[in-house]
Amino acid sequence: MNKILSKKMFSEKVACLEVEAPLIARSRKAGHFVIVRIDERGERIPLTIADADIQKGTITLVVQAVGASSTRITQLEPGDVLHDVVGPLGHATDIQKYGTVVCCGGGVGVAPLYPIVKAMHEAGNRVIVVLAARTKDLIILEDEMRAASDEVIIMTDDGSYGTKGLVTNGVETVINREKVDKVVCIGPTIMMKFVALLTKKYDISTIVSLNTIMVDGTGMCGACRVSVGGKTKFVCVDGPEFDAHEVDFDEMMMRMRAYKADEVEAMSKLNA
Amino acid sequence: MTLEEIKALRSEPWREELRKAVSPKERGAIERVKMNELTPEYRVTTFTEEVNQGLTKEQALLEAKRCLDCADPSCMKGCPVSINIPTFIKNIERGEFLEAAHVLKETSSLPAVCGRVCPQEKQCESQCIKLKMKQQPVAIGYLERFAADYERESGQMQAPKCAPKNGKKVAVVGSGPSGLAFSADMIKLGYEVTVFEALHEIGGVLKYGIPEFRLPNKIVDAEINVLREMGVNFQPDVIVGKTISYDQLHEMGFDGIFVGSGAGLPRFMNIPGENAIGVMSSNEYLTRINLMGAGRGLGDTPVLKGKNVAVIGGGNTAMDSARTARRMGAERVMLVYRRSMDEMPARKEEVHHALEEGIEFMTLHNPIEYHADENGRVNEMVLQVMELGEPDASGRRSPVPVEGKTETLPADLVIVAVGVSPNPIIPNAISALETSRKGTIVVNEETLQSSVSDLFAGGDIVRGGATVILAMGDGRRAAANMHSYLSAR
Ligand SMILES: Cc1cc2nc3c(=O)[nH]c(=O)nc-3n(C[C@H](O)[C@H](O)[C@H](O)COP(=O)(O)OP(=O)(O)OC[C@H]3O[C@@H](n4cnc5c(N)ncnc54)[C@H](O)[C@@H]3O)c2cc1C
Ligand SMILES: Cc1cc2nc3c(=O)[nH]c(=O)nc-3n(C[C@H](O)[C@H](O)[C@H](O)COP(=O)(O)OP(=O)(O)OC[C@H]3O[C@@H](n4cnc5c(N)ncnc54)[C@H](O)[C@@H]3O)c2cc1C
Ligand code: SF4
Ligand code: SF4
Ligand code: FES
Repeated sequence: MNKILSKKMFSEKVACLEVEAPLIARSRKAGHFVIVRIDERGERIPLTIADADIQKGTITLVVQAVGASSTRITQLEPGDVLHDVVGPLGHATDIQKYGTVVCCGGGVGVAPLYPIVKAMHEAGNRVIVVLAARTKDLIILEDEMRAASDEVIIMTDDGSYGTKGLVTNGVETVINREKVDKVVCIGPTIMMKFVALLTKKYDISTIVSLNTIMVDGTGMCGACRVSVGGKTKFVCVDGPEFDAHEVDFDEMMMRMRAYKADEVEAMSKLNA
Repeated sequence: MTLEEIKALRSEPWREELRKAVSPKERGAIERVKMNELTPEYRVTTFTEEVNQGLTKEQALLEAKRCLDCADPSCMKGCPVSINIPTFIKNIERGEFLEAAHVLKETSSLPAVCGRVCPQEKQCESQCIKLKMKQQPVAIGYLERFAADYERESGQMQAPKCAPKNGKKVAVVGSGPSGLAFSADMIKLGYEVTVFEALHEIGGVLKYGIPEFRLPNKIVDAEINVLREMGVNFQPDVIVGKTISYDQLHEMGFDGIFVGSGAGLPRFMNIPGENAIGVMSSNEYLTRINLMGAGRGLGDTPVLKGKNVAVIGGGNTAMDSARTARRMGAERVMLVYRRSMDEMPARKEEVHHALEEGIEFMTLHNPIEYHADENGRVNEMVLQVMELGEPDASGRRSPVPVEGKTETLPADLVIVAVGVSPNPIIPNAISALETSRKGTIVVNEETLQSSVSDLFAGGDIVRGGATVILAMGDGRRAAANMHSYLSAR
């Protein structure tokens, strides 16, 4: 049982939770994730560790309500508990001094991007963050990102904030302006696919963090498998980060629709 | 147990008397008991009701009579943990069921589990003297289950006595049968025992793999609760090598570590179409249903259902998947196995039950490709027809493709059960640990000590996929040897 100590709503659908998990707080690094179960009937849901405080013994999770389980997590309040939290899982991000690093994120991908931005900056990189969302209200973690990086570029689909355009437009602007040594991209699969296509054109090494469907998160089931460079990989143990230019995004998007019908049903039950 | 000790027990007056009471000829005339079973028609409609219903008292008393109480009981050589088989069976014959259970407990910490899932026909029962006499072997497994169930149901299940605490602490990685058996022995010896389990449930494959219609969770939980009462501390949701490191275990004051982390990594065949929606490992399928309660109204986790289900493989895991698919409402369940019926590694009882439940066995077939519909969901499998060739290294005749002969069949759910590899988390986390080419932890075969002196290992992580009783036997052997090691230090 892991108690929720504090909660902040970043937007209508995105909650930031500080959760008691002293052992995980001590072991985690940027890029790691946990698996969470809300109660004894709950699904095992993967969530990135956005931040941690070793002294307080807490980890921070940023959760976006997309389906039934994630919606219920965003509805928890301080004092409530998560039935299970296990981790840290996956490989940590390969943090090095690359030079100039562009970190781009969309949707809830911005949360897992945050610890990477922080770590890349601490490692002495020039870090430029590109945040993208449909509209102004959905931009999250802007202040935190500004504090942890050299520059933040905001892109919105409707132009209600920052520059009007897609994340790829923002990244391309930077590439045309200065030499970029590394790109890190976390967001919806389709966004990662297009960022990968863009950086491939410019031949810039790019990391993506994949958010496939998972069950155990320990390499035991293979639900999370993706094709990377023509080989089958398990995202939970071989990833979650991979070379963006090797990932078969189309197959991944297809596989993520496996439980579409069940998801719709669960959501309608939750709303009833 | 030495032969002397076995003999001493055998010459106790009550046993002498029992032996004399019925002549061997009379004993030989009794027919082997048949297990009471739910009918195939009924049992495919229920997930949790056990197919095997156990023996009645009368049946057990009669079956126990069939055992000749041999002077040199060959059956014991077939049991990997050398349960004193005649002693427990003769206790059943004289009606001392609790005593029979205690005999079992001296060597096996999970008799109710082994009595259900041991491949008896290949182990103890295969060595029973009666086979040499052209008779059916004694139903040792059924009797074992009977005694263990009797004890549990009598409410008189007692936690064995523990020695006074010796001030030493041991950590156990994984709560499968090897870890549980190790814990039971170490807590008895006076150690403080903490079991770390990666999943949210305790029990390893007994919980997430083997379905309830074969091994109900409440049976496993009862055994685990005895360990809890004895003082074993269970910590779910902790992955050693991730949540806490090997060094941190030392900082926490653990003197010895037993690794029973199992063979949890599923293998795929790497054939075209294998990543289509609806093709999944047996681990995923069984975990969703057994551990997460999917498809049974027991949890929020979903599981895909299929009309035409294909299960690839011929082991226990394949049988469990096929029988589970049947219970999930599949219209047609096909078991695709590349060798013939004779080479099938699954337990005989499992194969028999699967056939009764209407599973179609497609032996000498091997999938080579899957096709998917426009949504990416698998809808067909292409099977290569095989024939048996020359015997291979394992002595089994190896399957070879019949040139140009393939079949294409509809399949909207494919469950791949072609084996598992050792769980890589511990080997990856402890670089000094010696591992084999296959990824198993290398140990001294006698002591089960690894190349890291305070780390012992057993079960599937060492054997690369074996049985419950072998895993348990390893746990017990590791306990004895770690005890000598820590006592000498
Ligand atoms: C390694 C990893 C790290 C992750 N980190 C975070 C995180 O920090 N914060 C966070 O909010 N989420 C994160 N996710 C995604 C999160 O696990 C899923 O959003 C969640 O499992 C959805 O569960 P649900 O029952 O609420 O939705 P479901 O009912 O399963 O899905 C509802 C809808 O959301 C879509 N959907 C499902 N899964 C995803 C997904 N992974 N990404 C986008 N859309 C999806 C479905 O297609 C469907 O339309 C991560 C996933 C992985 C694998
Ligand atoms: C479906 C199926 C059916 C089977 N049927 C039979 C049968 O009928 N008869 C039979 O004799 N055998 C059967 N077997 C085989 C038998 O179950 C195994 O041989 C046995 O369970 C192995 O025991 P173990 O203790 O080595 O590990 P497991 O039972 O595999 O348990 C290992 C545990 O360790 C945990 N773990 C792994 N890594 C870590 C870590 N780093 N930190 C913490 N925890 C960790 C895992 O989560 C798991 O719970 C079957 C297996 C399967 C999959
Ligand atoms: S534990 Fe298994 S092999 Fe040993 S006596 Fe029991 S059924 Fe036979
Ligand atoms: S070999 Fe058979 S008959 Fe002899 S003691 Fe064992 S079970 Fe009984
Ligand atoms: S989630 Fe099960 S193997 Fe990755």
